Amino acid sequence: MEFYLLQYCRLLQVDHTLYLLQHYWWILISVLAGALVFLLFVQGGQSLLYTLGKTKEERDLIVNTLGHKWELTFTTLVVFGGAFFASFPLFYSTSFGGAYVVWMLILFCFVFQAVSFEYRSKPRNFLGARTYEVFLMINGFAGPLLLGAVVATFFTGSPFRLGPNQEVEWLTPWRGLDALFVFTNYMLAFAVFFLARVTACLYFRIVIDNEAITQRIHKQLLYNAVPFVITFLVFLGIVLTGEGYGISTEGKIVPMAYKYWYNFIGMPVNSLIFFIGVLLVLYGIVRALMQPYWRKGIWFEGIGVLLTVITLFIMAGFNGTSFYPSYTDPSSSLTIYNASSSQYTLEAMSWVSLIIPIVIFYIWYVWRNMTRRPISAEELEKSDTKY
Amino acid sequence: MIAEITSASLVEWSRWQFAMTAIYHYMFVPLTLGLSFLLAIMETMWVRTGKEEWLHATKFWMKLFAVNFAIGIATGLILEFQFGSNWSNYSWFVGDIFGAPLAIEGLFAFFLEATFFAVMFLGWKKVSRGFHLTSTWMVFLGSNISALWILVANAWMQNPVGMEFNPETARNEMSDFWAVLLSPTAMNKFFHTVTSAYTLSACFVIGVSAWFILKKRHLEFARKSILLASVFGFLSILATIFTGDTSAQDVTRTQPMKLAVMEGLNKGGNGVGLTIIGISEKDPELLSDRMRTVNYGITIPKMLSFLGYRHGDAFVPGIEDILEGYTSYEGKVYPSVEQRMANGRKAIEALKIYRQAVKEKNDNLATESLALLKKNYPDFGYGYLNSPYDVIPPVSLVFYSFRIMVGLGLLFVLLFALAWWYARTRKFDKFRVIPYLAIVCVPLAYVASQCGWIVAEVGRQPWVVQDLMPTNVAVTRIASGWVVTTFWMFAVLFTLLLIAEIGIMFAQIRKGVTEPRI
Repeated sequence: MEFYLLQYCRLLQVDHTLYLLQHYWWILISVLAGALVFLLFVQGGQSLLYTLGKTKEERDLIVNTLGHKWELTFTTLVVFGGAFFASFPLFYSTSFGGAYVVWMLILFCFVFQAVSFEYRSKPRNFLGARTYEVFLMINGFAGPLLLGAVVATFFTGSPFRLGPNQEVEWLTPWRGLDALFVFTNYMLAFAVFFLARVTACLYFRIVIDNEAITQRIHKQLLYNAVPFVITFLVFLGIVLTGEGYGISTEGKIVPMAYKYWYNFIGMPVNSLIFFIGVLLVLYGIVRALMQPYWRKGIWFEGIGVLLTVITLFIMAGFNGTSFYPSYTDPSSSLTIYNASSSQYTLEAMSWVSLIIPIVIFYIWYVWRNMTRRPISAEELEKSDTKY
Repeated sequence: MIAEITSASLVEWSRWQFAMTAIYHYMFVPLTLGLSFLLAIMETMWVRTGKEEWLHATKFWMKLFAVNFAIGIATGLILEFQFGSNWSNYSWFVGDIFGAPLAIEGLFAFFLEATFFAVMFLGWKKVSRGFHLTSTWMVFLGSNISALWILVANAWMQNPVGMEFNPETARNEMSDFWAVLLSPTAMNKFFHTVTSAYTLSACFVIGVSAWFILKKRHLEFARKSILLASVFGFLSILATIFTGDTSAQDVTRTQPMKLAVMEGLNKGGNGVGLTIIGISEKDPELLSDRMRTVNYGITIPKMLSFLGYRHGDAFVPGIEDILEGYTSYEGKVYPSVEQRMANGRKAIEALKIYRQAVKEKNDNLATESLALLKKNYPDFGYGYLNSPYDVIPPVSLVFYSFRIMVGLGLLFVLLFALAWWYARTRKFDKFRVIPYLAIVCVPLAYVASQCGWIVAEVGRQPWVVQDLMPTNVAVTRIASGWVVTTFWMFAVLFTLLLIAEIGIMFAQIRKGVTEPRI
């Protein structure tokens, strides 16, 4: 193992401490991505606002169960951006600067979200409750779809070239909307979208204490689980049988046939965890479908989502793979080696990253204290701090 | 570093977009920073004394806090991602240093804020008193830690320290984390910004309470709020003035051009006076049409020299001195801008030769060009300037903004003293000019804050990173039409949300203190 590592470092001409740090940080990015995809259940829930909530009271209930969870999704998105900036700044400058339009659309629909929860039920809110609900729907649909499409380009590539000083040059005028011209990207976009709705259904099942909504949730769980499984499997099939970009034996980044398949069999532990993740997701969904009063589905599905996304990201970044390939100029493709921060910065940031368990602990501790029982419409009526 | 210099319109629109987002963002941030502090104090008073009115006060101000909080987060997200989307060359050039504080901000501060905000807002009946109080303090801590890291990042752009240029990767790399964190520029900036935010929050609380007094509603609540906020505000404004002074001393040394422009000082000298007020006007006799003359100025003799160097006869350079080169009071020699431009071009050229030499494995040439690059690197950014006069920021805007900020700051000292006296003596039927003044001071506090940022950010133009990277090099190469489009998208959205926010805020205030259900 160590021999293999040192050989590899020599090929890449990197110090092996740096090499390990780059992998450590890619794992952290993967964990954040996993957390983000799981937390998109808030968006999934928003997109189901009118499907599940037929009356104003029901919609109030739904919005309030999502309220104060949205900040966690939002914060995770911000930290995902910040961590990427600190650890792989070349991705930050290349993707955000290059795929400008699609990122701006993502940001735009997240601005909608931040205020809508807070302003929706307030008197004199200028635009009216309905508008804020529409904002929540826009964010609920566009957020997961666009994020999914962007993440899909980690596998399918983008049309860019880097100049001598790493300045990004986008080779089409579409600035990231290019992602919408590739079929595979749609598959992941829809998979993420339907998954967000599935997770939302499982979440609602724990927190909502209302018979009418519970029945609708059950129906929606099925309606969204089926397209999720189909789109996800299609995406996976295309990626595993298709081309990827990786570092050749000469140390150049080139297109490689079956790259992700080789990653899949070349990193068996990762693939095993991936399988476990997928099985957990399916188990959570299927059992929840069979037992309408089983509330623990989100635990299985949630952990499954986390594991699946983490291992998928590792497949995209490890084993000399380009995690942000350029299909027009493969040598400009980004790997975790050429895109990373300096060893000094990665080291400093690694010390900082030790706080992550503490953060996870207090978030868990706080929410355990806050959500001891489900919310009912009556309780909401009595509260003076509802949305 | 970048061969082509991009079209002026792209740079201008990108700057406008960033400025607009920053201005909107900073309409919400200071209240979050300061009001969270006041909330924590009020709730502590309730827990310690058991007096219900403190609980009522906490709950009332918390509602306003929540309305303000969400939109601050939303605009902050846009600001963070714009570094990458609109300033991608900047993001690579300094990402190795600049990314770290942003990530730390997210990890240390944002999760803290987001998590405990939920408890603070929803948890009254769900968690114990102690837990709730801790949560309120955590929200304060989270928001203020977040301010620390983003201001460390900003200060680094104004005074880049703790780094080294790596010619292989064409970027600056961090060499000393603690130097970045503890640079005097960062510390001054942090304390000046947060204390001014506390000042703004005190003005807000006093202004809203004064309105209740004029309406003869909730008199006891209003009185208590004013008492607390005026003491808090008074201490804050004194700290703001003190850190403003230390900030100015720092600017004197690290950004002499900014200081010269703040003062509208064209010709420097020994024992320069401080201009209190004056009119900044065009003057055809000056070297460049970017410069302005201060007419009808009232000055305090020798004061600027004294403030900058604590010595009445110290030499302070003006714009012309900086253009022509000078020796600072502390003995540092600054070459003329033209010379620095020549140095910068040498550095850029040396970088190119170095790269070529490495490719061709010409070690001698590589060593030689690397030495030349290192020697001229401090002036690297000057190599991209077209004319020496490019180093002059917009004079009048900075000159007036500075005076408005300082003038209003002094007015707030008076306001806090008067408000305190007014609440103490309870003469609510007399001296009604005081509550009116307090109400007027709420928008003025926002004006003062924005002016402060204009001084800091417009005053450092043309630099994104002081002396190393000018704005037009930092910008992402993109058809300016896209930036124009996103500019208007955000401008319309933010404006709508601002109107909504103000509407909701007024409605909440008008509702007054409702009987809380504990």
